[in-house]
Amino acid sequence: MNKELSKKLSSGHATCAGCGIPAIVRTVLGATDEDVIVSNATGCLEVTTTIYPSTSWKVPYIHSVFGNAAATAAGIDAAQKAISKKNGKKFKPAKIVAFGGDGGTYDIGLQALSGALERGHDFLYVCYDNGGYMNTGGQRSGATPYGANTETVPAGIESFGKTQQRKDLMEIVKAHGIKYLAQANAAYLPDLKRKAQKALNTPGPSFLLVLQPCTQVWKFPTSQYVAVGKLATETNFWPLYEIEDGKYTINNVVKNPKPIEEFLKTQGRFKHLFAEKNKDVVVEIQKVVNENMEKLVKKAQIS
Amino acid sequence: MTGGYAVAEALRQIHPDVMAVYPITPQTPIIETYAKMKADGLVETEMVQVESEHSAMSATIGASAAGVRAVTASSSQGILYMAETLPVVSGLGLPIVMCVSSRALSAPLNIHGEHGDVMAVRDMGWVEMFAENAQDAYDQTIIALRLAEKVGAPVMPIMDGFHTSHTTERVEVLEDEIVRTFVGKRQTEESLLNFKDPITIGTLALQNTYFEFKMNQEKLMQKTKSAFKTICSEFAKISGRKHGFFEEYAMDDAESVIVMMGATAGTAKEAIDKLRAKGKKVGLLKINLYRPFPYKEVGSALAHIRKIAVLDRAISFGAYPPLYQDVMSSLHFSASQKHDIASYIYGLGGRDTMQSHIEKVFKDLEEGEIDNKIKYLQ
Repeated sequence: MNKELSKKLSSGHATCAGCGIPAIVRTVLGATDEDVIVSNATGCLEVTTTIYPSTSWKVPYIHSVFGNAAATAAGIDAAQKAISKKNGKKFKPAKIVAFGGDGGTYDIGLQALSGALERGHDFLYVCYDNGGYMNTGGQRSGATPYGANTETVPAGIESFGKTQQRKDLMEIVKAHGIKYLAQANAAYLPDLKRKAQKALNTPGPSFLLVLQPCTQVWKFPTSQYVAVGKLATETNFWPLYEIEDGKYTINNVVKNPKPIEEFLKTQGRFKHLFAEKNKDVVVEIQKVVNENMEKLVKKAQIS
Repeated sequence: MTGGYAVAEALRQIHPDVMAVYPITPQTPIIETYAKMKADGLVETEMVQVESEHSAMSATIGASAAGVRAVTASSSQGILYMAETLPVVSGLGLPIVMCVSSRALSAPLNIHGEHGDVMAVRDMGWVEMFAENAQDAYDQTIIALRLAEKVGAPVMPIMDGFHTSHTTERVEVLEDEIVRTFVGKRQTEESLLNFKDPITIGTLALQNTYFEFKMNQEKLMQKTKSAFKTICSEFAKISGRKHGFFEEYAMDDAESVIVMMGATAGTAKEAIDKLRAKGKKVGLLKINLYRPFPYKEVGSALAHIRKIAVLDRAISFGAYPPLYQDVMSSLHFSASQKHDIASYIYGLGGRDTMQSHIEKVFKDLEEGEIDNKIKYLQ
């Protein structure tokens, strides 16, 4: 494997074929030449890279529990500050990057993330969002899209899957007044790299929300991972944008967005929506995608 | 000074690099006192005022894994809120000290002293030591730090909430330099800040390796016992104060003995002095080191005692209370095997335990009112 790519996360890890998580990690960590420490929430990334007695990590790495990646990062930051106080400029603090999935970020780790953002620790938090608890087999999370079929809210005779919209994590994080945050997509790695560089060069906390199409639970062929990711952005389901000092910039304005069906039909988790009785669900999804995009465009115009 | 202040004073002398804390009664006097010390420039510790106890321990884990000296403090619901992270600390072998003001658990809500909180987490691989008074709390904080960093195991020095944490007592404080030399600097070979030879902390261990991890942890816990003994004798040299697995009070010719831990042992000592003055052969075995439990040593100390009452400041629903169970196990090591043992529960939710309660226990023992029913000192 390409030596440059595997410099910080080696090959031989156990993620599924067609999983974008390693690409996200390598792109983010590859965006700096400085020393970096990784704090990781329990989840797909952790279980596939740290099976004792092996490790895929070539940088210092810590995992302790599901909901505390941000709090652990905060402790590392405090340790570096304490060492800096003693040693002055002789000590150069390393970059700290926390990785969590959407379960570990939107849900169980939200409080720890909020606290760490509010206290202003110097770290980057990266959420790879695959829209559910994929490590445990595909249960519903606060990031699961409306209408998706999940193990805990399955579609059935009386059910069309998840009945709530996704939590708007970007706005929640933004409300902490941090200097830099961005929404990215594993299918657009150069955009992710540019954002990671910006985030890592931002003093204090920064945040990246990265769409991670999950071949296993979204149910699409492993070869289609980039194509599915691209459709998420081309339909405006997942616009690429960043917020710098409160200013919104849409990075990839889609002139003629494709209908949401183009994205939905690629995945088994939305298959049931194409039954006659679920037509309204698709209409509702399209409506909310349009509304969200209009709001985002307005924010970008105002700021 | 109060027990809370005494612990803060010991921490000031220890001077941890990082202290991540979250308020909860009756622990708060420790962190408030420490925060004021910091505000007055007495310490340089990086204090992280986190948003929950779960994050308090998580940040402490991050800091400790980065190789610095990191501590925290908590009580009651706070300890249970962070409980998920406690076996992680011991599993990773991080030398974290958590100073505890023990308190009852909800529901119903009660902020007062009891050992229910620390008993709920007693199987999580932490060393637990119990203080009788503010002096003990001060001494044990220093011993705990040295022990944790010597063996690579986390330690909870525990004082009774309010009875010790908020009660003003005379405390002899050592010179700063003496304490600093005693605890030294944390020596770490492996840390997150080693970029030349980076390590992975917190791996996934499957059926083929997890079991051995836990067996090694237990081996370490047993080593902790002898390290504790050595550190206590070294501490005696700098302080003149004796600490050990337990304290034997009026035990030599005693016929009836109470076994207990924590603040109420002080009340028991006074009651014993009075009863001794009346010619009663009564004594006390006060346990200091609760985990790892010194079974063999407790068994020998009680070998010649016929009548024993074990007093627990915790309830174990549907079972005998925890200290009673441990003392019963210890008696397998007793040479005589002839013991009459009674179980008492006292002081739940901060209920006062008076000398009269202790006298009642000894009276029961004397009169042979000993059976296998749990009795309550309400």
